[in-house]
Amino acid sequence: MRLSVLLFARYGEAAGAPAIEVEVPAGATLARVWDEVRRRVPALRDEARPHLACDHEYAPPERVVSGGEEIAAFPPVSGG
Amino acid sequence: MAGLYRIVPGPLDPGEAIRAVQGPDRGAIATFMGVARDHHAGRSVLRLEYHAYTEMAERVMRRIGREVEERFGTPHVAILHRTGLLAIGEASVIIAVAAPHRREALAGCAHAIERLKALVPIWKKEYFQGGVDWVEGPPVSS
Repeated sequence: MRLSVLLFARYGEAAGAPAIEVEVPAGATLARVWDEVRRRVPALRDEARPHLACDHEYAPPERVVSGGEEIAAFPPVSGG
Repeated sequence: MAGLYRIVPGPLDPGEAIRAVQGPDRGAIATFMGVARDHHAGRSVLRLEYHAYTEMAERVMRRIGREVEERFGTPHVAILHRTGLLAIGEASVIIAVAAPHRREALAGCAHAIERLKALVPIWKKEYFQGGVDWVEGPPVSS
């Protein structure tokens, strides 16, 4: 299935876009989705532990995606 | 509605946060303001830029407001965070917590800013003499 992954801050700059589309098999986990993103964006290859979110909530890498969620990946936050 | 949680693309108004939490049964309003500082890690900082994942940021801020209510007994919480370019001295974040008494208000306000810095998906970019860098905090644990 084809998914769009939102990328923020340094990740978005590395990809040159605020989102990237990836193709993953049905039943894929967020970890698998991120591996696809890293494969597509060489500058993110060494980012092994991004923060991941589904539908505006933090989600663990083992979370299985259905394809209907809003998926996001981003580096450690620095607001305040 | 007890609570105001918003990402704001322009200057922040402390009065808006205070008005959102004040009320006749609340004898204390604690506020916190984070301000763009002119130095970091030994470097002169010229200006800051904040980016946010707005929908998630506002949702996580609401979650922090619920934590304040559970721990300190007051639902009267306002959290405003700015995005875009900030000059030195401008406010990046304003938090106000109102409660019947000062202890809960002060403790709730301290809790809210610590949780915001740890969890809310907002990122800071520093412009300094000779370059630009993203600032990144420690990994999120919850």
